[in-house]
Amino acid sequence: MIELEGITKAFGRKQVLRGVNLSVGRGQSLVVIGGSGTGKSVLLKCILGLIQPDDGVIRLDGQDVREAPRDAFLARFGMLFQGGALFDSLPVWQNVAFRLLRGSLKRPRAEAREIALEKLRRVGLGEEVLDLYPAELSGGMQKRVSLARAIAADPEVIFFDEPTTGLDPIMAGVINQLIREIVTEMGATAITITHDMTSVRAIADQVAMLHDGRVQWAGSIAEMDTTSDPYVQQFIHGRAEGPIAALR
Amino acid sequence: MIAHALAALGRGALAALAGIGRIALYAGSGVAHLLRPPYYPREFLQALLQIGWLSLPVVGLTAVFTGAALALQIYAGSSRFSAESVVPSITAIGMVRELGPVLGGLMVAARVASSIAAEVGTMKVTEQIDALVTLSTHPMKYLTAPRLLAATLSVPILVGVGDIIGIMGGWMVGTGRLGFNSTTYLKNTWEYLEFWDVGSGLVKGAAFGFIIALMGCYYGMNSERGAQGVGRATKSAVVAASIAILAANYLLTEAFFSA
Repeated sequence: MIELEGITKAFGRKQVLRGVNLSVGRGQSLVVIGGSGTGKSVLLKCILGLIQPDDGVIRLDGQDVREAPRDAFLARFGMLFQGGALFDSLPVWQNVAFRLLRGSLKRPRAEAREIALEKLRRVGLGEEVLDLYPAELSGGMQKRVSLARAIAADPEVIFFDEPTTGLDPIMAGVINQLIREIVTEMGATAITITHDMTSVRAIADQVAMLHDGRVQWAGSIAEMDTTSDPYVQQFIHGRAEGPIAALR
Repeated sequence: MIAHALAALGRGALAALAGIGRIALYAGSGVAHLLRPPYYPREFLQALLQIGWLSLPVVGLTAVFTGAALALQIYAGSSRFSAESVVPSITAIGMVRELGPVLGGLMVAARVASSIAAEVGTMKVTEQIDALVTLSTHPMKYLTAPRLLAATLSVPILVGVGDIIGIMGGWMVGTGRLGFNSTTYLKNTWEYLEFWDVGSGLVKGAAFGFIIALMGCYYGMNSERGAQGVGRATKSAVVAASIAILAANYLLTEAFFSA
């Protein structure tokens, strides 16, 4: 469904991506792991067109994304941002129903509010948060609202950028479980970026490790534990010694 | 040594010109998005409330004190030539042609350009702008265009209200402190005031409104990371808006003067 071929990206003199090749099949859940600053978030933003890659091709269902009509392309995606990225000036329900209140997916306000409530219930929140503002919610609740927003328009592809960062282990577990359930029941294709190995095991069908701007290793979750790749082994066991420099 | 200094000067000049060019391109893009659908009337009305209605107290207070001080200063000057009778008309002309739009514009710049830059800058650094894009919403259309329109429409109205309050400030001092007859003061004000005196001030107000929203949005959208980045964007927006207002005021005054 999504194919990346030779993606490169530099910011000034810093070469972040050096030719990333990756593919994700329809309905698959791919988790991209790798140290901080290895370009994982940049990779997601390149796919969405938030950042233009310097070189390489990104295809969605075989079509070069640069040739796809922008609105129709974006309508197929949902994204959970690392910090939630909820709009401070809007109440929770309008955040969740943002896409349903404007543009090509616009619905009547009452219907959009109803859908927002349904999605909020799906992530374990109730009617009481509908009219609250994001600043009135805890970090875990904000992540849930952001997750509800990502799935509000039933996207075919969902991106999760560090979904458990800043959450306590129990809340992180809840979010991981929700992501897995939602991706499975919607049949969506998912790409998740994380450092958190608990998340990797909870969410992934496939794992790809990014290092030095390239895909260092890719395989299934079962293969990840048995691979002899020293980079993967160092990363999943959190060792200070190994081929990945601790100071980056 | 001299070559180094000249090179530094050249680099500074080039950077300044590039900055002006980027702002001009941003302004063009903002206007283009303003003219093409989709439109966001809710965001426009919200911006109108924030920029226009909520700036009224600041503009009103600025105008009343300026009008009052202006009447005293004109009295001080005109009394040297035994021409105290010009106080009402000169106060009114000074307010509506110059001080109303300029001081009102500067006060709105301080209040609005800073708040827009801080809000948009925070949205940028917390990835809310990226989130807008992923939700199929163009940030220029959703954030910049409504604010540009709201400021361009509301600042002239603020200037108009400020003109009236400023003239009343002059009237209060004129009648309460300088011994003018109330009816004569108002009659002199009205008789010597021409349509274009007021009109030119309102045109200036519209230009200043556009500048204020433009600088707030531009610096907010280009904010760097972190609290320091947002702080810098906010400061730059106010400084740039204030200087641009003063420069535009001179250019417009020159144009009106020549016309």
